Amino acid sequence: MGDGSCVELTRAELRADLEAGTEAAAARAKVPPLTAEELDHLLDIWASPARFSAVDLGDEVVLSVDGTNAGTFLSQHQDLQVYERDFGFDIVELGHVDYSYKAVKTILPYQAQLMRDAQLILTTPLQYGAMPNLGLYSQPDGPVPNWSELLPLARIDEARAAQEEAIEHAVKDMVQVADAMWEAGADGMDFDTSGAAGDGDFLATLRAVETIRDRYPDMGIELGMAGEFVLGMHGKLEYDGVRLAGLWPREQMKLAAKAGATIFGPAVNVNTRKSGAWNIARALTLVKPCCDEAAIPIHMNVGMGVGGVPMAYYGPVDAVSRASRACVDILRLDGL
Amino acid sequence: MLAQPCAHSLASGMGGIRAAGDLVARMQMTRGMRLKEAKAYVAGKLGIGEDDLSDPIVMNEVRGERGLGRVVTGEASYPNEPNAIEAKFRIAELLDVPIACVSRFVERSGLGRGAAAGH
Repeated sequence: MGDGSCVELTRAELRADLEAGTEAAAARAKVPPLTAEELDHLLDIWASPARFSAVDLGDEVVLSVDGTNAGTFLSQHQDLQVYERDFGFDIVELGHVDYSYKAVKTILPYQAQLMRDAQLILTTPLQYGAMPNLGLYSQPDGPVPNWSELLPLARIDEARAAQEEAIEHAVKDMVQVADAMWEAGADGMDFDTSGAAGDGDFLATLRAVETIRDRYPDMGIELGMAGEFVLGMHGKLEYDGVRLAGLWPREQMKLAAKAGATIFGPAVNVNTRKSGAWNIARALTLVKPCCDEAAIPIHMNVGMGVGGVPMAYYGPVDAVSRASRACVDILRLDGL
Repeated sequence: MLAQPCAHSLASGMGGIRAAGDLVARMQMTRGMRLKEAKAYVAGKLGIGEDDLSDPIVMNEVRGERGLGRVVTGEASYPNEPNAIEAKFRIAELLDVPIACVSRFVERSGLGRGAAAGH
């Protein structure tokens, strides 16, 4: 199930869940449902009694990760080495436990020093990651009026103005961190859970990416989303003439590529009350058009609670490995 | 850890520096190459098949021969081979892409000045 609990389903019940999941996504996002052949393949994966499932030899994809915390008493450098040497990750990431650009800015020289030192001991590419987290710029945590308090009072213009001011602060912080990380030798930047605070959050990220790409043509930039749909907390914001509120993964990807990202990470949230089969069919249906039309690599988000992976701290490996394989087999994407 | 990083790595990952995952990743990051193009590019540079890129036995030999850095284990160590920052000099040259920390190393160590002076 989407919460990680184990249930027993017949092959017919699994098939019904797969069909319901893809139909729910197709109706909501106005995209094609998965084909009968694709549903057959998913059914074979989910109906297998095997404890673990994996892609065919030769079909392996690049793995990036948001944050590299092994949960040990080791240093961050040692955690990175664990991900590089023991977990075999293709891209590893340095990040602070307070994983937001606004928070990181206050300790930036120390984070940059960690990056510089880590680059001396790692071979695999190392990027720096954090969240745009536009909400942190609103009162009482930040300097601008809180639009979540203004909106219920119908003070719409003030709420919009507050978000527009917050965007300026967020762009400045993200670019400042990227400047320091480039000087420290970072291979790339990761903007994780973009759009978490709605269209303003996404716009701030796109504008930061555009500036960073302009300054550093060879820097990797991964833009990962918070969810499948950009919420219209502002409602009127646009990037490159495209209204951001209401965008689904395919349109999000196009703007990320336009801004200068080299990797895009679509995210589809899990419904904890539905089965893994229902969730994976829904997620793949929403992301497939994005992969089909992508001009840049797609690394789908498949961490806890997204991309068909259960919302559970201790996710069962049968569920995680099935989601992992399904993304690669059906989407033919570039990474996870 | 077992659930997500490890399960994904075993189910669908390229294996990082155990194989050629880091090399393919660099082409995605710096050049925005999609997977098929990036695998073909790296395989071409190494003179091997694309299926070999995820094979740790083949890639361990290739990495050793070319000095691209290998995983040190309890059973295998390579004290006389390039590792980490040293290996990244060779990776930048092999892939023909700039690596930021290599550029910083050259600038800050004075190697660039030495080369310019003919040392």
